[in-house]
Amino acid sequence: MVSRIERDHARFRDIVKGKIKQNLKNYITQGEMIGRIGKQYVSIPVPRIDLPRFRYGLPETGGVSSGDGEVGTPLGPAGDPEEQSGQGDAGNQPGEHELEIDISYEELAKMLGEELELPKIEPKGSSKIEAMKRVYRGVHLNGPRSLVHFKRTYKEALKRQIAAEEYDPDDPIIIPVKKDFRYRGWKDIIQPQCNALIIYMMDVSGSMGDEQKEIVRIESFWIDTWLRSQYKNIETRYIIHDASARMVDRETFFRTKESGGTLISSAYKLCNMLIDRDFSPEEWNIYPFHFSDGDNWSSEDTKICVELLKNQILPKSNLFCYGQVVSRYGSGQFIKDLKESFNEEEKLILSTIENKDSIIKSIKEFLGKGK
Amino acid sequence: MIYGTALPPELHKVKDEIEVYARNYGLDFFETIFEMINYKQINEIASYGGFPTRYPHWRFGMDYDRLSKSYQFGLHKIYEMVINNDPCYAYLLNSNNFMDHKLVMAHVFAHCDFFKCNMYFSGTNRKMMDEMANHSTKIRNYMDKHGIGVVEDFIDVCLSIENLIDYYAMNQEEASLLSNKSLIEDDTKNKVHKMKSKGYMDKYINPEDFMKQQKDRLDKKKEKSKKTPIEPVKDVLYFLQEQAPLESWQRDVLSIIREESYYFSPQGQTKIMNEGWASYWHSTIMTQKALRDSEIIDFADHHSGTVHMRPGSLNPYKLGLELFRHIEERWNRGQFGKDWEECDDYRLKREWDKKLGLGREKIFEIRRLYNDVTFIDTFLTPEFAASFKLFTFDANKRTGQWEIASREFKKIKDKLLFSLTNFGQPFISVEDANFKNRSELLLLHRHEGFDLKISESRRTLEGVYKIWKRPVNVRTIVQGEKKILTYDGKEHTDETYE
Repeated sequence: MVSRIERDHARFRDIVKGKIKQNLKNYITQGEMIGRIGKQYVSIPVPRIDLPRFRYGLPETGGVSSGDGEVGTPLGPAGDPEEQSGQGDAGNQPGEHELEIDISYEELAKMLGEELELPKIEPKGSSKIEAMKRVYRGVHLNGPRSLVHFKRTYKEALKRQIAAEEYDPDDPIIIPVKKDFRYRGWKDIIQPQCNALIIYMMDVSGSMGDEQKEIVRIESFWIDTWLRSQYKNIETRYIIHDASARMVDRETFFRTKESGGTLISSAYKLCNMLIDRDFSPEEWNIYPFHFSDGDNWSSEDTKICVELLKNQILPKSNLFCYGQVVSRYGSGQFIKDLKESFNEEEKLILSTIENKDSIIKSIKEFLGKGK
Repeated sequence: MIYGTALPPELHKVKDEIEVYARNYGLDFFETIFEMINYKQINEIASYGGFPTRYPHWRFGMDYDRLSKSYQFGLHKIYEMVINNDPCYAYLLNSNNFMDHKLVMAHVFAHCDFFKCNMYFSGTNRKMMDEMANHSTKIRNYMDKHGIGVVEDFIDVCLSIENLIDYYAMNQEEASLLSNKSLIEDDTKNKVHKMKSKGYMDKYINPEDFMKQQKDRLDKKKEKSKKTPIEPVKDVLYFLQEQAPLESWQRDVLSIIREESYYFSPQGQTKIMNEGWASYWHSTIMTQKALRDSEIIDFADHHSGTVHMRPGSLNPYKLGLELFRHIEERWNRGQFGKDWEECDDYRLKREWDKKLGLGREKIFEIRRLYNDVTFIDTFLTPEFAASFKLFTFDANKRTGQWEIASREFKKIKDKLLFSLTNFGQPFISVEDANFKNRSELLLLHRHEGFDLKISESRRTLEGVYKIWKRPVNVRTIVQGEKKILTYDGKEHTDETYE
């Protein structure tokens, strides 16, 4: 039996997925929860729904707490003050509990695709391999006994008996006859299978603050999700750079804070080398993404970057996306230079990300072309 | 028995044992029924606010989602649930160890005592378990009749204003009475006072033309104050329930939301006291009576987890517990009254001990008469704030970090009280139901130095419009300017007034 709470739970998830109650769409906010699988911390973007209320307009009213420290001692990043539930549940493990939604990546990507009206990606390359998948949906009038759809069959029988006035509420016995039976039907879906490589490059020089990195993190999560829904076999590589570039794992990618100068060309060189060494453009759909605050060391270096892009990386890639995160310190020159050098280059997509709210817009710019 | 999950015999014995300890200490509680359930069930019950049955609504699903996810990821675990009902129902989590169950039982008995004895709970429905089930049945029926979406949408609207009740009324009946007073004219006020007189003397003692003159004056005054409601109504839900053009099922749904809001309100108003009281007693009962030698480590571990306080948050268990202990010590040593207040010798104060031993008695009295606001207001002393290392914190705009802002006693107390008063929510009341003489609704926001969140207030107004069905307004102050925000069903406007 489905318990009561599971029905409420399903309804909530339907709302979040936008299947029902579109009027609540505006109240869904994106949060994230830091969870733990084994020893690894994972963060999952999660929506929650807050019905509007009359409340004070100060998101950061602070509060009262206790502990050691002088006036001015920092306590952690400012956000919504911790909510307290009204009932007597024993919060044995205090901590921020944001809400998480259990949606598979496939669903997530579908939602993203629908929301941003992203076109399906047309895969390139001759090595198109197709995979078949069988899904059960739809109801048929005939089929094997093993696929009887009991609920529908019952309904048909009930309808027929009521119509024939054979139904007695005091003795509600429903006996389906042959024409009442309904069967589950299936469909074979053919999906293209091809390979994709995503290379994330990020500027981690001193001028990229936590907020900028947060933006990159969220944006790359969604890009990752979308591309994963489009390709069966996906590889990701992470490159960070300041004055020199190196390849790192995902964890390090988002957590490192370097300081020092910025030579963007170092990352492009490494990226190019990586493609040449491991991923032949004939077999791989290649998507390099580069995020920076647009503050390159010298125009000399920018020139090298432009050369590398023009002659090496662009011809090998499906798309090259450059996202410039607006930061207080960066000059933001790089995007202008790129714009000048590549006027009508289709494969190069430039996007400026001002703050968290413009992430959606930026994703659309990057992936909106269906390449 | 809701889940048909009685306690195993060994726990039953422990329950009886702890119950005796609790009664001997003077705790006074309803019969308490414990049930042992698994984490899924406890998450379900917790999402339903402690009840096994609630009406269908997605927000319970949202809470359930959060609880079960944080349980799965090991972020949060509910040890116990107890509901204010006669008999009290309490739930134990079956995956806990034996010592945990003992501690939780001691904790629960103190909660039950608080529910039964604290004044602010005296007006709550002690058969709420049944009432909630009735609400559920009613709403399910409405859903069958009018459609799930229609009813749920209306519930959403009601929930968005569920906080607009009169938190200072003891219960919904009292709130209704108070509201009615503001709604219906008090006729005795409008009668001309007549001096007592024998029949034949009447026309001399109460001369006719004087009486007429007085009546005219009153009528004029009445005309002037002819306004619904006469006084602002704090219980906005009640006002809407009585006055808004609703269908009968909608009226009923609104009254259900209101009733539940009143039922939960004392729990919100006594969070610090209630948890403090329960923590005080679980630690007292456990350490003085129930704990066995082999359990001491587990107990210390569990207890310290319960009262752990992370900088940047306020743990009501810890604050309440420490305050109760502080008060007990003060009254044991006679640190109160005129002599104590007027003493300014620090050393004398520190060594002050009249050996009165009144502490226990005092805290029992406090748990009967106080709520969080009065509790903090009366008993938070500078000495306590200093020894408990209290501070206020604020966001530093430059770094985006919370920072310790002050350790000044007055600031701490003010901030704490502000966050507790009206649950830190703005005061909203109904001022005029015939605003502009066009049956528009005018709400009044009592401005206390902080502006409303305008965008969200506008969306809330959209909900109120769905109930009132005529333009709705709220009078407030925005950045120092007196303003009326209006929603007329199509668009939002605002207007400055003097």
